[in-house]
Parts: sequence; C-alpha cells; structure tokens
Amino acid sequence: MSADPKDSSNSSGPGTTGHEWDGIQELNNPLPRWWLWIFYACIAFALVWMVLYPSWPIPGGATPGTLGYSSRVEVENQMRELEAVRAAPLKGLEQMALADIPKNPQVFQAAVEGGRSAFKVHCIQCHGTGAAGSKGYPNLNDDDWLWGGSMEEIHGTLVNGIRYHANDNTRQSMMPAFGKDGLLTKAEIADVVEHVRAISKQEHNQAMAARGGAIFAQQCASCHGEQGQGLKDFGSPNLSDGIWLYGGDRASLTHTLTYARAGVMPAWNERLSEATIRKLTAYVHSLGGGE
Amino acid sequence: MQGPLKPAPAGPNGLNPNSPFYKKREKVHPKKVEGPFRRFKWIVLFLTLGVYYLTPWLRWDRGEFSPNQAVLVDLANRRFYFGPIEIWPQEFYYVAGLLIMAGLGLFLVTTSVGRAWCGYACPQTVWTDLFMAVERWIEGDRNDRIKLDKAPMSASKFAKRASKHAVWLLIAVLTGGAWVFYFTDAPTLFRDLVAGQAPFVAYATIGVLTFTTWSLAGLMREQVCTYMCPWPRIQSAMLDEDSFLVTYKAWRGETRGSVKDKAANPDSIGDCVDCMACVNVCPTGIDIRNGPQLECITCALCIDACNDVMDKLGRPRDLIGYTTLTRDVAESKGETLPPMWKVIARPRVLLYAAVWAGIGIAMLVVLAGRARMDISVAQERNPVYVVLSDGDIRNSYTVKLLNKEARPREFDLTVSGLDNARLSVPVTGEAPAKRIRLAVRPDGVDTYLVQVRVPAASIREEQSQILFKATAADGDGDTMETARFTAPERDDDEQGDDE
Repeated sequence: MSADPKDSSNSSGPGTTGHEWDGIQELNNPLPRWWLWIFYACIAFALVWMVLYPSWPIPGGATPGTLGYSSRVEVENQMRELEAVRAAPLKGLEQMALADIPKNPQVFQAAVEGGRSAFKVHCIQCHGTGAAGSKGYPNLNDDDWLWGGSMEEIHGTLVNGIRYHANDNTRQSMMPAFGKDGLLTKAEIADVVEHVRAISKQEHNQAMAARGGAIFAQQCASCHGEQGQGLKDFGSPNLSDGIWLYGGDRASLTHTLTYARAGVMPAWNERLSEATIRKLTAYVHSLGGGE
Repeated sequence: MQGPLKPAPAGPNGLNPNSPFYKKREKVHPKKVEGPFRRFKWIVLFLTLGVYYLTPWLRWDRGEFSPNQAVLVDLANRRFYFGPIEIWPQEFYYVAGLLIMAGLGLFLVTTSVGRAWCGYACPQTVWTDLFMAVERWIEGDRNDRIKLDKAPMSASKFAKRASKHAVWLLIAVLTGGAWVFYFTDAPTLFRDLVAGQAPFVAYATIGVLTFTTWSLAGLMREQVCTYMCPWPRIQSAMLDEDSFLVTYKAWRGETRGSVKDKAANPDSIGDCVDCMACVNVCPTGIDIRNGPQLECITCALCIDACNDVMDKLGRPRDLIGYTTLTRDVAESKGETLPPMWKVIARPRVLLYAAVWAGIGIAMLVVLAGRARMDISVAQERNPVYVVLSDGDIRNSYTVKLLNKEARPREFDLTVSGLDNARLSVPVTGEAPAKRIRLAVRPDGVDTYLVQVRVPAASIREEQSQILFKATAADGDGDTMETARFTAPERDDDEQGDDE
C-alpha cells in the first residue's frame, strides 16, 4: 500500500521522455495540462495579433494589419494632444506687447520652455547648446549685448537678422578694414591696440596707448564711443569691458583692426513662425542677461 | 505536439519510457474538518481579510494640504502615507527595508515552523479557503460534490453551479474593488465607481483582479502552489532537520491495518487504520503519509482529521503532528525529547530573528531622526560660467528645495565659500543679494534656477567649493549642500584665443 517516493516504476512517478544516449536517460516531470492550453492560447493570440497589427516585414515596411495602426500616426496624435495642452498656457503670446511677456509668469515660463526646444533645433549650430557662443558667435548668457538685450531688441534681431543679405530691414553696420584698406599704418594699429587694452584695463604700453588714444578719438569713437563703451544702434561692441567676441589679446585685436569684423546672423522671419520667434526671444531673454 | 497520455509499461530499469509529457489535473474535493488548526485558519482568515478590506476606509487627519486617508499609495503625487509616516519616492529605501524584513521574516518562519506562511497567511491560501467554504455551503461536502461532478447537467446542478460562481465573482469584485481604494481617496472613488465616473484604469484594475481572484482561488487553487509559485521550490533551502513540519509518524502508523487486524496482530500492525481522512481533507490532494512533499502547504488540516479519528479509536493523538526530523527519530526510539523552545531557539533561527529585528530598529531610528526639509544643488554645465561685463563671474545652479511638511514654508538661501557672492533668481527680476527668500509649496518640491555672481577678485582657483545653505524662515531647521563654482582659466597674459 505505501508508496515509496524513490520507486519510479508506478505510473505517477517520474518517467522518462524516451530519450536515451549512451545509457543516460532523460527524466520526465510532466507539466500540467492547463499549461499546454495556455501555450496554445498564446499561439492563437499571436495569430490574431498578426492579422490586426503590423507584423511581417515586407519590402518597404511591414504588413499593415487590419486595424490600420501605425506608430507614426500614434506619434502624430500624441503631438497634436501635446500642442493642445501647450496652447492653454501660451494663450495671448502673439498678441501681447513684447515687453509684457516677462511680466506674465505663466506665459513667460511656457514660452521659455518652448524657446529652449526651438533653440536646440535652430540656434545651437552657432551659439552652442548652452547659448555660450564661441569666438565670433556671441555668448547669450552674459549681460553684454551688441544690438540690445530687451525683449523688443532681441525680437528685432531674430526677425531681421544681422547683416543678412536677403532682408532689407536687417541690422546693418560695417567696420572699416583699417589695415587692409590702408587707412592706418601697422604702427598706428599697434598704438590703437594698446589703447584698447588700456581702456579694457589690461596690461599695456602706456606710451603707445597715449598715441593710440588720439587715433581712437578720430577713427573709432564715432561708433564705439569716446570711452569705447559701444553703441547698440550700430551693434558696435563695448571695448571697455571684459567680454570679447573675437578676443582681447594683441593678436586678435590687431587682426580685428586690420581686416575688420562683420558677423552675420540669418533673418528668421521667413523660416519660423512669429510664435516660435517669440518663444526664442523669451528664452534668450531668460538666459540671465536680458535687459 | 503532445505526448501519449496513457502511461507505457515500465522499462527494464523501472522507468517508464514515453511517459506522458502533460499531466491531467486530478480534481481535489477537500472534506470539511474541525479542530484547533482549522479554528486557527479561520481566525487568520478573518483577520487578514478584515485588514485588507477595511484599511482603505481608515482616516487620518493631516491638515488641509494632505490627504486624510490613513493608508494611501498616492502614485499620481508620488507619496506613500502610512498613518503618521509619509514616504517620498527618494525615501523608498524604507519600503525596500520592509520588503527585506518581509523576506527575512519568511525565512525566519520557514526555518522554525516550516511553511506556516503557505498554510495560513498566504493570500492564495486565504482566498482559496474562503472560496472552498462558499463551495461547501452551496454544493455540499466532499461526497456531494463528487456526486454533483459526475451527475449529468440538470436544472438543479446548473442552479448550484451558477450560484457558486455568482458568489465567487461577487467576492472577486470586492477583492479587486478593495485594492484600488488603496491608491486614491476611498470614499470619493467609491462614489465615482458607482456613478460610472471613475477613471478607466480603476475599472480595468478591478476587472483584472476580479478575474485573477476568481480563477486563482476558484479554479486553479493548488495548481498555483504546485506549479506557479516559486516558494515551494525555494523552501527546501530553509528547512533543516530541526524545522517543525506536518509529519506522519511512520514508525507509529506502519504497517497499516484495520482495528480488527491490529487486535489480531498487535505487534506488527501500527496505529494508521488507512481511513484516508488525512487525504480527504487535504486541499492540495496529497497523501501526507508519503513524507514531506513539494505540494504540502502545511495547513495542518490532516492533523485535525487524524486526531479526530485517533480520539474515536482511543489511540494517542498526533499520529500526524507538527514535529522535526530529529524529534521524530528520537521519538521513534523512545528517547526523551528536548523542550520545544530549545528547538525553536537554535542559532539559525536566532540569527534570522536578530537580523530581522536589527533592520526594523535601524529603520525606526532613521525614521525618527529624518529631516523634514532638504536641498539639492546641481551646477549648470552648459555653460559652466559666464563672464559679465564688469568682470564678475556667474555660475548657475538648479536648486531643488524639498518641504516635507504639510504647510507652505519659506527658506532663506545663502552661499558661503567665496567672498561677496550674491544670489539671484532671474525669473523674479530682483537684484542679486547675499540672502534670498524662496517659497516652497506644502509637502512638495520647488525648483529654482539660482545664479551666483562672484567678483573676480574673490576667486583664487578655477574650481572653488561653495556651500549652499537653506534655513527655514520660521527657524525650524536648516539643510546644506556643497557645490562647485567654476571660473575661467586664469591667464593673466592673454584673454581669448590666438588667431
């Protein structure tokens, strides 16, 4: 009567699968029946799935499936939903006076976030991912603005660009190439360089700087100001601060005076919507140096 | 695809070649049983189900800014409330600690008293017990149910089956329904559920749990324990010769024989009369007399059943009883048994208990002393620094202020480590100051972009260590975090690139 658990000969004990190699047999612990049915159900599920959803790869894509599902359509729907969600906090962005946008925290915050994304697509190629710029491309995080850092001024720069050939209202100014065009001799340029280093409180040759100051007053002060403080109407940089677009060392300053500098930024009015430009304006303004 | 279902005759070595690959389920019809273990199981059932169904309805006053449900897993707001304790996601290690304690607790219990969790407290066992009670109430006890199974379909059989499944489904719906109440305000959700206005996920969760409860406790039962649950396979690592297990004392029971046989051969016939009472009451359908088995959940109902028979026969109780392997051997030799507590209080059990209690005490200590505010500072890396036109250097930081109290608070933020450093939050448009006051929402986190502006004269190195300190404006606590302040490379000779 008693069942010996080690006795495998009764039919309820472990049998073998019938596989035998070199006298080694494979023991068989049977699975429950319902497990098999779940396995079949999974196969049936897969067959139904194959009919309903895209599944088999074919040249140029996959079998479409009878439900017409597509992950691209899904993304488009989700983007539309997202747009609808974003529309609410951005209400009034395009009608509002530019200067009022930062005074409206909800709109400003939403615009800054939108601008952050747009910046990553359109602006980082020159200004860098953190808007820190590089040589010749202004750092937008600081408090030094060539063409002005108010909402209106940033907006104007974005819309019409800087020295952009295809826009009539573009910001325009031109520094003479003093050396190349023979307006100043090399010695005079060297004197002006020392003067610029003097007004920007860098180490300099005092005698040369004194001579350079006279030339500066004649040739440069009309755009850069008598103290070299710059003039936003012409986009002429402040030469008395610690911020240099092309470098404040002697070699860079000599190059600037000899060949002049004229950076270009495209006008974005034909490529971006007014809403996007306003978001970018808000973002750039928010970077910390807005006026 | 499937192997032959009929067993082939045994091969020369005693093994069946071509034995079936799939086993047909043998339906288990457990018989009603009464006794101390059955009573204990009823008590555990009422306690555990009572806790499960009623807990979401307990209230706890936390003021106007926090929910008043005593136990609430607020997934949407990422908060876990347990009476006076509130856990934030970053404090999830408390939950991890609880899970470790649960695991160790399982080891502790298994090592000392075997699979007590499986036999008494596991939800699969508790709900299966409840479903079996319903089945017995509607369809009758074991013999009636076997008869009903064999009977052809009739109006009365259909009525019995239908009402059984109806009651099962009702219990299953209530089970799923109670679950969702843990995740949001229970009374509100109840109203919404009834009105059909609850979120889809609530209905879907109830639906899924209704199905699992009905199918696992009603239909699958012992199959879950035998085939789905990993614990029966792991438990063998926990058990040793001193673990208490439901044991058939073969030395006393064998050889089996009727009362008449024993009267005739009192020396060779044992106490087991082979009445099958232990097999008939077993919820997993096994014969405990085959020794410890994977399928045995140690519910001890066979002890109740066997003792009932032994009492009637006037033989000593506990032919099937809780004992250890060592004790069983000692008992069979007629040796005196060590006291129970000595077996339970052996080093292995004490070690588990000590680790379990240690984690619990450590968690309580940490919980009692945890801070109610926190600061986290991350330096902006792009750009790391900005040179301003007056030569000052500015770094930006994402500062997160955590207010774990259920009231709005204000923190004063200061920074030390660099002389004349000034702070500002650009969105406010306020001028940089040595100390700025920032509001933090109740029971939440507010994130500020904070700019720190330092005169060039204060800076000695390219990388400086600075210390942010947030002090509660109400004077109730402060918190600090260090950060790095980065300045341009100091090159007195030239600035900018060479061309």
